[in-house]
Amino acid sequence: MYSLKGKNIVQLNVNKEIHDVVIRPSDVLLNTLRDQLGLTGAKPGCENGDCGACTVLIDGWPVKSCLMLTVEALGKKITTVEGLKNVPIQKAFIEKFAFQCGYCTSGFLLVCHALATIHPYPPDIVIDEWLQSNICRCTSYEEIGNAVRAILSGEI
Amino acid sequence: MISFDFEYYRPDTLKEAVDIFLKLDKEGKSPVYYGGGTELISMARVGSQSFGAVVDIKNIPECKVLGFNADTLCLGSAITLSDITEANYFPLLSKTAGRIADHTMQGKITFGGNLASTIIYRETVLPLLLTNARLTVAGKNGLAEVEIGQVFKERLRLQKGEFLVKATIDKKFLIAPYFHVKKTKNEKIDYPLITAEGLKLDGYVRIAFSGLASYPFREANIENMLNDSSLEFSQRADKIVQALSGVITSDLYGSAEYRKYVLKNTIVNILETLKDQ
Ligand SMILES: Cc1cc2nc3c(=O)[nH]c(=O)nc-3n(C[C@H](O)[C@H](O)[C@H](O)COP(=O)(O)OP(=O)(O)OC[C@H]3O[C@@H](n4cnc5c(N)ncnc54)[C@H](O)[C@@H]3O)c2cc1C
Ligand code: FES
Ligand code: FES
Repeated sequence: MYSLKGKNIVQLNVNKEIHDVVIRPSDVLLNTLRDQLGLTGAKPGCENGDCGACTVLIDGWPVKSCLMLTVEALGKKITTVEGLKNVPIQKAFIEKFAFQCGYCTSGFLLVCHALATIHPYPPDIVIDEWLQSNICRCTSYEEIGNAVRAILSGEI
Repeated sequence: MISFDFEYYRPDTLKEAVDIFLKLDKEGKSPVYYGGGTELISMARVGSQSFGAVVDIKNIPECKVLGFNADTLCLGSAITLSDITEANYFPLLSKTAGRIADHTMQGKITFGGNLASTIIYRETVLPLLLTNARLTVAGKNGLAEVEIGQVFKERLRLQKGEFLVKATIDKKFLIAPYFHVKKTKNEKIDYPLITAEGLKLDGYVRIAFSGLASYPFREANIENMLNDSSLEFSQRADKIVQALSGVITSDLYGSAEYRKYVLKNTIVNILETLKDQ
């Protein structure tokens, strides 16, 4: 049985690199990524599972890092927005003007990237379901939808 | 950030889980079983719940089953709502799981966590109530399999140290005509104003609700009224609204009067839809 008590040094696989971090069992992944690794792409918003600004990928699937303990992520592959290097969705967000203030952008980028990887030919209803996990206060929804459809159709 | 410390345990067997839970409890550490952790983390962060240890059940093979065993569908308590929708063995349960929280959250929320939730909706219990599902519970005396009504009365009622391992559903229910109606106040993704779900079996309609009262439920007398062919659809709906008026809640999502209005229309629509099936 695996167990963790008090402060410990553990290894996290983030963006294909192994990092040593000091964690308590009650540490939440969002805070570990930001405070210990300086990966501030995952944003604190509601910290309650509603907004999606903190989204990262765990083994390729989107997860809201505000509702995951760091200890749960040990042994898994974590991808933050800093780990997306020139993937099509980044170009699509620029070309389709899919952001304004940018606070929600990293979360949306990761959800869109995971969708395109896991479901390369999704029906519209699946695209909508995935995008509804995230909130954009600047209401760029139309443009974000255009960006993801542009990469799914091969336009970008 | 969670302002207090706790210990983390991830047992590999059912026995290890119960043993460590009871040991931690004896030591006064107020342990909790941990599924997806979404509710426990949210509550801990705002200070409405505290615990000295969590026992994460996601590594226990019996809690991860998802598939058929002879004539039953087995659903482990640590499978996620996304596992349920992706496998889609039971369309009504998939519909239910697919309308709880949002798509990303569905990948983290577990079936058992939703059933054992302190949040009043527990929507995945509705398909279980409708199919007289059986629940397997682990405790200090080993495993016990019980009919859902024995342990789910408004909420999951387990003894200290017990946790839910899996639910099993008879295959015959999986292909029955069904309905799923989730009405929310505004947004598609929200807690239910009313969720009404049902199955039609041998010409008889079964129905269960969440959001209508402060707990999810299925009641025999309501189903009798629903199936009373001596009455018009709207008369049946009126009778049901009347019978439930004592338990229908008023809250931020809607007043009791509004819920009654929505309930009546929902029932009439369901009966219209099912009449030819
Ligand atoms: C953004 C958001 C929206 C939501 N919307 C809805 C909704 O529309 N409808 C709805 O029904 N719910 C909704 N919920 C509630 C959600 O389904 C519950 O909070 C659920 O408990 C979370 O599951 P979990 O696996 O993360 O549970 P956890 O946080 O792990 O546990 C929740 C509770 O269940 C106990 N528990 C967990 N697993 C077991 C087990 N196997 N046996 C015994 N006890 C166990 C824990 O000890 C704890 O008390 C929503 C939650 C969020 C965050
Ligand atoms: S900060 Fe995690 S969902 Fe809002
Ligand atoms: S671009 Fe500002 S919140 Fe989305």
